[in-house]
Amino acid sequence: MSERKLFAHELEARLDELLLLSLRQRSAAVPAALLEALPRELQERVLHWAGVAAQTSDDLGWLIASLAATQAAGLGEQLDDWVRAGLDAYDRSGLAATRKALNEFTAASKASALRSQYSVAFGAIEGRLSRFLQALDGRPLRLVSGTKAWTDTETLWLPERLDAANDAAGNRRLYKAIAALLWAQTRFGTFRLDPEPELEQWPDRERALAWFAVFEAMRLEACIAVELPGLALEIAGLRGPWPAELAAAAAKLARPDATVADSLACMAAQREIGVSPAPTLPHIGTLDPVAARRVRAARITRELAIVRRALNVIAATDTKAGAAENSDYPPLAAEGELQVPDPQADLLAMPPAAREAAKSLMQDLGEIPPEALHPAGPGAWQPVDGVDESIAPGVTTQPDAFYDEWDYRRASWRRGWCHLYEMEARSGDPEWVDEVRTRHAHLIRSIRRRFEALRGEDKPQKRQFDGEEIDLDAQVEARADRKSGSEPSPRLFIHRRRIERSLAVMFMVDMSGSTKGWVNDAERESLVLLCEAIEALGDSYAIYGFSGWTRTHCDIYRIKRFGDRYDAETRQRIAGIEAKDYTRMGVAVRHLSGLLMRQNTRHKLLVTLSDGRPDDYGDEYRGRYGIEDTRRALLEAREKGIRSYCVTIDRHGADYLPQLYGPAHYSVIDDAKKLPQKIAEIYRKLTG
Amino acid sequence: MNTANPASRADAHAPSTPLVHLSSEPYYHATGDELDVFAAAAKSGLPVMLKGPTGCGKTRFVEHMAWRLKRPLVTVACHDDLTTADLVGRYLIVGDETVWMDGPLTAAVRAGAICYLDEIVEARKDTTVVIHPLTDSRRALPVEKRGEYISAPPDFMLVISYNPGYQSVLKEMKPSTRQRFVALDFDYPEAATEARIVAHEGGVDADTAQKLVKLGGLTRKLKGAGLDEGAGTRLLVHAAQLIASGMAPAIACTAAIARPLADETDTRDALDDLIAAVF
Repeated sequence: MSERKLFAHELEARLDELLLLSLRQRSAAVPAALLEALPRELQERVLHWAGVAAQTSDDLGWLIASLAATQAAGLGEQLDDWVRAGLDAYDRSGLAATRKALNEFTAASKASALRSQYSVAFGAIEGRLSRFLQALDGRPLRLVSGTKAWTDTETLWLPERLDAANDAAGNRRLYKAIAALLWAQTRFGTFRLDPEPELEQWPDRERALAWFAVFEAMRLEACIAVELPGLALEIAGLRGPWPAELAAAAAKLARPDATVADSLACMAAQREIGVSPAPTLPHIGTLDPVAARRVRAARITRELAIVRRALNVIAATDTKAGAAENSDYPPLAAEGELQVPDPQADLLAMPPAAREAAKSLMQDLGEIPPEALHPAGPGAWQPVDGVDESIAPGVTTQPDAFYDEWDYRRASWRRGWCHLYEMEARSGDPEWVDEVRTRHAHLIRSIRRRFEALRGEDKPQKRQFDGEEIDLDAQVEARADRKSGSEPSPRLFIHRRRIERSLAVMFMVDMSGSTKGWVNDAERESLVLLCEAIEALGDSYAIYGFSGWTRTHCDIYRIKRFGDRYDAETRQRIAGIEAKDYTRMGVAVRHLSGLLMRQNTRHKLLVTLSDGRPDDYGDEYRGRYGIEDTRRALLEAREKGIRSYCVTIDRHGADYLPQLYGPAHYSVIDDAKKLPQKIAEIYRKLTG
Repeated sequence: MNTANPASRADAHAPSTPLVHLSSEPYYHATGDELDVFAAAAKSGLPVMLKGPTGCGKTRFVEHMAWRLKRPLVTVACHDDLTTADLVGRYLIVGDETVWMDGPLTAAVRAGAICYLDEIVEARKDTTVVIHPLTDSRRALPVEKRGEYISAPPDFMLVISYNPGYQSVLKEMKPSTRQRFVALDFDYPEAATEARIVAHEGGVDADTAQKLVKLGGLTRKLKGAGLDEGAGTRLLVHAAQLIASGMAPAIACTAAIARPLADETDTRDALDDLIAAVF
């Protein structure tokens, strides 16, 4: 590439050509003028990415080009990541989101240039911290990054990056301290009382909340010290000593019986002294009691319903409690010991979901509230709480899985791009398979004979150091050796070793529209012969069909799962294989290799039966894109230890098959009618 | 005269005296009715299966019961190459003769001992079949190679253990085997009990033991989230023993608990954080 920078008019012409701007009455003059100042290498990269983006959408290409014109100089090396972030955003939520994501990326990259080398990013500590929090007692908490540190009692938001300490270890400790104090808020009842009456008396709500956070931090640190003294010491080390005027409050809140009420009392006292700004300490997050209490209230309602229902079911089935028959069952407060279902004892009897809910309630309220212990009423209990609707997997059109797809032009993933549906294949004519078996009876017999010879069996291995039986030949020899004065061999035993084939095979059958007619017949007949052969071998195998219609309808048809037997139903499903839509292969490879990975065999084999190259509706997946994505999927499978093989009847396959499967891992059958005869032999060679 | 003696090689596989007579009481702290159930099963000649996670006291329990019932104990640690011959016995060549050598199972049957097959699912599938006749009303061990059919004396008892926490489908027991056993569920003891065990076994004071148990409890919540299994009581005892020998608690816990549990960086760091938090 020549070093000469492109002039503005050259850039304008290139952009116009890439983005077809003149057709849309747009002019690239402005971005071209801006791009003129960049070095040639950067100019070319901007043009490249604009072209890549334009293949997805012209508007996207234009957006990338025009934003790159102003931002590329500042981004430098990060230009590629910048574009990928934008393309990801486009895939997820469209053009407006792309603009936002690109601008945010630039802002973040500017900020990062100013950051010290010791700062720690949330992403770098997330894994460690989430495990740490998971191990601590209490309800599980989700960890996400946000602009400030706070919790709504179910999610912890932590800053994107911390830079307050002098070294990276200090910043990591700071993350831990912030997270631990937020965890403690949910664990030690910061939100048990409504702080509004106190907060309302402050002229400045922000300032009031800051004080509330400080006093709670004092109290919670003491709570942590009881269970996790090392952690409390670390937090104390980070914050340094409390200011002298707060020492009294800190001592008061450190008492073991202190609750959030004491913190609020300290606030009131502080208000009397004067509402100065609260000390800002890096390890103390912010509080949003309204949001937290809203989440908490919703959770309590939900969990009360679950616990109540579980206890009622127990009470109804437990004749000793007698509660269910008694319609005017006395409340707990009145006659506490009388036939009350004991929540502690019943906790163990509850189903796990209810047990979790009960534990969570204890955490929120300190006890299972008495109202939960009341039966719902006389007579049969009605499942009405609506909880079931939300968790029951009803009939939905939700895809069974989402898969990433590889875009070679971007050299990156399109996240969650393919929507996969797995379904039972339709049953076909039961007589068809019988007809095929009769027609090929001779072939089937010979295949079975040959395959039975391959079957794994006990093979006695002679002359072993160790084994179940004595090898008499070796023994005779050893004696002769000894008598003749030469050194006898110590290998005197026979060891029986079971030679297991330990092989699982996944057959991935192309059900695209192009297989309609004799190709489809050939596929079905081949499968029947294959099943006969593999049944003789005893290998574990499964058959799935794949087809689809755009990335939002990638369909996988179950014909025979690994656990299924080769019975009449399976045979009918084979007979029912029919030509459907298109061939989006990458997602099928990913899904089926995932199923194959669950097999506990030493060898795993993925065999594709197809009639042509990957293809899908619209021109995107057709051609190189589809081949590259499929190749990527096959590589992923290989990394997992799956070997792939392709049997195709596409005579033009020779140009792309080596690229997809490697030179020796495919067979091209030139005539579909020969497929059934050849398939068993291919399989035998493949696995023999 | 013979430079490579085959008998001595084979001896290493089949020790001639697998029977252990326990003379002093192995420490065991009962957490439920397992002592009674086991004793009753022993009295009725029923085989027992112990289920539970690693290091929660299954092996110790069997040792304790062997001592309590005053029966010799044969322990076989099962591995994936354990064959039927390894259990039943085989012919060895000694000098110019073949000599039959009882395997640990046969030795236990003859002596009326408790035979404990530890982690039975690890053994090859076909070996589990040889224990079948011992686990039903026949209570006998056919030794095919010798044409012998040994009826088990009333004192013989078969005990197996397995860890249901393994996720591998290969390590599951067939129902035909499972349904022959009286089963006892083992789990980590409650915190107070476990602390007493750790203090006793590890030789540390009650406070240190409580902290170790606290730490153990925290790691157990990481099961499935970075760890296959949390720290068993055995690991806690190991840490306690290191501490008792004068090591700083944090170092002892890192060496005895964090490192054996995890290789992956995030999990390891999180475990270090937990250790620092508790001590």
